[in-house]
Amino acid sequence: MKNVDVLVIGAGAAGMAAALAAAEQGAKVLLVEREDRTGGILNQCIHNGFGLHYFKKELTGPEYAEIFREKLERSGIDTCVEKFVLEVDVKKREVIVVSKKGIEKIHPRSLILATGARERPFGSLLIPGDRPSGIYTAGVVQRLINIENRLPGKRALILGSGDIGLIMARRLTLEGMEVVGVVERLPYPGGLLRNVIQCLEDFDIPLLLSSTVVEVKGKERLEEVVIASVDEKYNPIPGTERTFKVDTLVLSVGLIPQVELVSDFVEIDRLSKGFTVSNTGQTSIPWIFAAGNSTVIYDLVDYVTYEGEIAGRSAVRYIDGKDVGKAKVSVEVRENIGILFPKWFDPLEDLTMYIRVKRPVEKGILIVEGVLERKVENLVPSEMIRIKIPRNRINASERLKVSIKEE
Amino acid sequence: MKIVVIGAGIVGSLIARELAKYDVEVILIEKEMDVGWGVTKANSAIVHAGYDDPPGSVRAQFCAMGNKMYTELSEELDFELKRIGSLVVAFDDEEIRVLEELLKQGEKNGVPNLEILDRDETLDKEPGLSPSVRASLWAPTAGITEPWMVAIAAVENALDNGLKLHLDEKVIDIVVEKSMVKKVVTERGEYEADVIVNCAGLFADEIAKMAGAEYTPIYPRKGEYILLDKNVGNLVKRIIFPTPTDISKGILVLPTVDGGILLGPTAMDLSRDRKRDLATTREGLKEVMEKTKKMVPNIDLSYAVKTFAGLRPESPQKDFFIKASEKVWGFVNVMAMRSPGLTAAPAIAKYVVEKIIQGDLKINLQKKEDFNPYRKGIIRFAELPLDEWDEWIKKDPLAGKIVCYCNRVTEREIVEAIKRGARTLDGIKFRTRAMFGRCQGGFCMTRILKILARELGVDESEILLKSRKSWLIDGRVRE
Repeated sequence: MKNVDVLVIGAGAAGMAAALAAAEQGAKVLLVEREDRTGGILNQCIHNGFGLHYFKKELTGPEYAEIFREKLERSGIDTCVEKFVLEVDVKKREVIVVSKKGIEKIHPRSLILATGARERPFGSLLIPGDRPSGIYTAGVVQRLINIENRLPGKRALILGSGDIGLIMARRLTLEGMEVVGVVERLPYPGGLLRNVIQCLEDFDIPLLLSSTVVEVKGKERLEEVVIASVDEKYNPIPGTERTFKVDTLVLSVGLIPQVELVSDFVEIDRLSKGFTVSNTGQTSIPWIFAAGNSTVIYDLVDYVTYEGEIAGRSAVRYIDGKDVGKAKVSVEVRENIGILFPKWFDPLEDLTMYIRVKRPVEKGILIVEGVLERKVENLVPSEMIRIKIPRNRINASERLKVSIKEE
Repeated sequence: MKIVVIGAGIVGSLIARELAKYDVEVILIEKEMDVGWGVTKANSAIVHAGYDDPPGSVRAQFCAMGNKMYTELSEELDFELKRIGSLVVAFDDEEIRVLEELLKQGEKNGVPNLEILDRDETLDKEPGLSPSVRASLWAPTAGITEPWMVAIAAVENALDNGLKLHLDEKVIDIVVEKSMVKKVVTERGEYEADVIVNCAGLFADEIAKMAGAEYTPIYPRKGEYILLDKNVGNLVKRIIFPTPTDISKGILVLPTVDGGILLGPTAMDLSRDRKRDLATTREGLKEVMEKTKKMVPNIDLSYAVKTFAGLRPESPQKDFFIKASEKVWGFVNVMAMRSPGLTAAPAIAKYVVEKIIQGDLKINLQKKEDFNPYRKGIIRFAELPLDEWDEWIKKDPLAGKIVCYCNRVTEREIVEAIKRGARTLDGIKFRTRAMFGRCQGGFCMTRILKILARELGVDESEILLKSRKSWLIDGRVRE
């Protein structure tokens, strides 16, 4: 049995930031990671574009991770890799972990969940057809190419124009594969505009909007993918089918927060499917905090780092008995809000909100009732808005209602 | 005496294991790269109680008996069997009448403890059912298993008792001389045979034709399924059937042994040239969604992790075809194993060996004195008490290395599966449940690929998903 002040589960961007922030406050921190190294998914994101907010410079994923890894080494934080959390016993405040060394029980005074997200698998899309090899999620292809030095095939179609899908379109092309197109069921791209330009337009890769995959064919290896246009309800329109002869289908169809470890007792947000937290990172269970993609899927790792740091220092503040979560009010979804983070405002920290619109807005007003009204432009669900409101500007006795109205 | 069994599905595997009890050379030949990958792999995985089959049919003869045999079989072969019971639910008077017929039929077939439950009793048992349910037929002896694991376990046990197994080897001819079986010819070799047992599933008619023996034409009937992740929770705890029609038992909702929920199957008759058509269809999946939601309204399809289709070998008489050929001595057909083939398989295996081979063919087989009926499954460490698991890790650290995060499969389990014959990703998946969970291999597939390559001593590019042309990797990024 082991006693620690703060146990952090997951050593990706959120977990590393949380562990460092908690240690800075003087806490005894244990960081556990199930993979064989720290850094999380950053390790395989060898493209650049990371760190523009946090470091004010452009880094690759591994570079971004390396900065935190070095800080961790200097900090004296007990960091364990290849250690898998089996169970969190909320009553005993006990966390059971397994590794090659055996089974261990850890008693933390506070727990931070930085468990990240997983990719939606092909099977969940209910796409009809055969079940050949050659269908991969984008993350798997990214790992194969960037870490394992292997190519998945020769000719690929990409389903989903989220950032990972766009980045993989460029990556596959650069490594000699032919990318015949990126298929997106929405009428607009799912990823950041800069990625559409840099990853598709610069390489003449067609973006096929309002379309989806309706069938995959191939008894052994993938041979053909059939796509069709969709109507407003995303139903395929008969007669619009087009067949692509490809041996690889890459899926970038969304990330799902990983909450299963504690979803029996920690509240899950209806919209994000991640842990509901307040702006301190505190979940519905006072001694448990969460940060990163396990709470909401972020656009930028920089945001993950900020929220990880807040969760880290709040967890220590909680241990020190400083009223974390005592005076929180709810932050509520109103008109045209697809995703809203956080769920509660705790006056101990400023309120940083992360919002995705439900429908695109060309010109509109973001309203936090009684607190803030701000003009907004060209909003799409794929691009997250980040709004920071100083805590002293908020009357913490009233619920905060958030909406985006079109002008 | 040499006996060749063609087809390592559940029937062929159990017959091979039954034959391994005797002093006889047994060869099992399978065209797929692993055991149990045909009809056995994709069905509802139900050990049926036995009330569905018309009294007097061959199906009825073997179903209830097979059901009883499963308990002992699961103990000997160490596979999972959960007798969770089944409910046939009725929504109107006509359906209630059918329940009563099924009850009578079941009693005639020797099915124990059948009971018709009223609405409240039904909803007490399964609160997730639609409140418009009117009654149900409760069959407590029905159960669920992993059909491929039954076949794998039977073959492992038979191998331990002297079986010779040939995988990835298609039978291309059968040599018959003077109306007696002589040889089985495969694409890789020839095997002399005194007796040939034809358990070739969907292709059993084609095998019988090679020998010039009697056969019944086999028609593939497609069944499409949707598998939901175990986190969907306790939607139902028992097997839920709609009231059956003449064509099929209908589209069901049932738990899987590892805690998921299975929805399906549809019943689509295909022409005889479509025995390899395992594609799901838009219409089929839609039908599964609609019909299961009628019985269990709270089904949440956002938990879907996989869709798949299986083919049942149906025949014009809708019944099993199990007999020794009258034209070709030594040729035994065990074909048209539609539902309840999985349930009936243990009883059929015993019947084929004792009544057909030893009885009809009058072949005197001597029991082996040293037959070992027991096989131990691969230990699932995550299911052990923590202190026991800890002891295993002290002996082998790989027992503490989790490879599949969703289903908590350790590297030791993967290595053990390879030692027992897994050569492909699907081979690992069906033996260990790795890649079977909510991420469907997103996290662990590349790692399992490396473990397979390491243990088999080959390059990762040689590892396949399931068949010769189902490669996963096509070249290097940098040399």
